[in-house]
Amino acid sequence: MEEGWIDACAIDDIEEEDVIGFEHGGHAYALYRTLDDRFFCTDGLCTHEQVHLCDGLVMDTIIECPKHNGRFDFTNGKAKGAPVCVDLKTYETEVRDGRLFIKAG
Amino acid sequence: MARPAMIIVGSGEAGGCAAVALREAGWEGPITLYGEERHGPYERPPLSKELLTEKEPPKPRPSAEAGRFDELGISHRPNSRVIDIDPAGKEISLHSGQTAHYEKLLLATGARARLMSVPGSEYALTLRSFEDAWALRHLFGAGGHAVIIGGGFIGLELAASAIKLGGRVTLLENQERLLSRAVPAELAQRLHEEHVCRGVRFHFGASVSRVERRAVILENGERIAGDVVICGIGAEPETALARKAGLRAQNGIVTDDRLCTSNPAIYACGDCAASVHPQFSDQPMRFESWQIAREQGALAGRNMAGANERQSIVPWFWSQQYDLHLQIAGLPDLGKSTVVRPLSDDAVLQFYIDGGGRLVGAAALGQLSDVARDMRIAQMLIARKATPDPAVLAATERRLKTLLAA
Ligand SMILES: Cc1cc2nc3c(=O)[nH]c(=O)nc-3n(C[C@H](O)[C@H](O)[C@H](O)COP(=O)(O)OP(=O)(O)OC[C@H]3O[C@@H](n4cnc5c(N)ncnc54)[C@H](O)[C@@H]3O)c2cc1C
Repeated sequence: MEEGWIDACAIDDIEEEDVIGFEHGGHAYALYRTLDDRFFCTDGLCTHEQVHLCDGLVMDTIIECPKHNGRFDFTNGKAKGAPVCVDLKTYETEVRDGRLFIKAG
Repeated sequence: MARPAMIIVGSGEAGGCAAVALREAGWEGPITLYGEERHGPYERPPLSKELLTEKEPPKPRPSAEAGRFDELGISHRPNSRVIDIDPAGKEISLHSGQTAHYEKLLLATGARARLMSVPGSEYALTLRSFEDAWALRHLFGAGGHAVIIGGGFIGLELAASAIKLGGRVTLLENQERLLSRAVPAELAQRLHEEHVCRGVRFHFGASVSRVERRAVILENGERIAGDVVICGIGAEPETALARKAGLRAQNGIVTDDRLCTSNPAIYACGDCAASVHPQFSDQPMRFESWQIAREQGALAGRNMAGANERQSIVPWFWSQQYDLHLQIAGLPDLGKSTVVRPLSDDAVLQFYIDGGGRLVGAAALGQLSDVARDMRIAQMLIARKATPDPAVLAATERRLKTLLAA
């Protein structure tokens, strides 16, 4: 695989419509799986209060921050309204042989 | 004549949300937000928590809306205390002597720390504003012994912050247990144990007879000396303006389910308002909660712009002490039975079900990572007036999320 891609987890480590956390090089990421088996990756911390998003609830393609229910669309990182107004950074993903790779950095 | 203008009194959490919502709901005329503080809307929850303990010099954390005022053409006037309302002339007066005419007026004046009525009460510090927190931070930073009067949320959060900074804490509570009004007994007990384990000393059933600069004297003659005395015995809604203007006020400025007061041109929301939550009761209820202040602010803004929406907010509140997060949704008090769902070895969620099987409240205590998801689902179920099967609520092997699909 080309430069910059990281083997993050087995796809079955993530349940459908759910999220897990992943750390690499001191950076926190959040990895998502949708009901129709698409995979996404964003920064792991909420832009509002630096809380781990992997503890939040996934509904469809929305992740809610566990602390104040700030909402983001994890497919594009867009903040979906107050109290969050800064978008989340997203990263490319690819599934190979049952494993999820992310393009970090 | 001037263009019709919307005026908001109080630039706190609710006032800021209302201003933005008014504009987003299509109001094109002037919007002016008057606040007596020198800051724009900022978050109060960190004042008893991170702001006291984090290393960086503290700054007020602006609410999300504050950064949008310019772009939305909202005029914010800090250091501006409103001292009078003339409902007949639809005019407010500021302490500076200026007056301003309103088309509709929103009172979002919040609450202020309740004071004790014993000799020397002025020696006890209270916490409501950024400046209050700043003063406490300096005293806490020196370590020492804090004597805290009142085992409510603010008293307990302050105790946790003082301990985190290496200080000692004695907490005086006049009831026989902590948080007796707001929190179910088992959860309050768990919080109590955590504080004891961290070294907080408690006096229950303690009634204060007098306060000195560095000591509290109890009715039984006992003298509890410390380096700082703090009073955290709750907050009182800021209703003085409303009363003077002849608006109905009891425990808060009374509003209907659209947040309109007894005067059709005047609305009220947030900590200062006692409003009707039709999905729970026809009696006005007042809350002190960040989330409610935000949602009511937004609703008041939309209704002032003409929406005429009834409120359907599910109350939601959190507190953080040490690593423990407490979250409460809905109205646990309305429950007739309780269903317990263990979330981990040290986290529990309780559901409160009314006589008709409807889920009316939920409360959880534990690490944020253990409680957050299931509490959020509980909140959604409460909003839907769901009547979930208690067996599923209690069964940890069943994902709660499946109940949302039902
Ligand atoms: C220390 C602390 C910790 C908290 N922690 C939590 C928590 O963990 N979780 C939670 O859910 N909630 C918490 N809260 C509660 C939450 O912050 C409040 O519910 C929320 O701030 C209420 O918003 P509000 O806009 O109604 O009132 P406020 O935020 O109090 O704003 C009202 C504003 O109006 C101004 N004002 C009043 N009268 C006038 C006047 N006549 N003219 C001009 N201006 C006026 C006041 O100065 C103030 O700036 C906490 C509160 C405090 C104080």
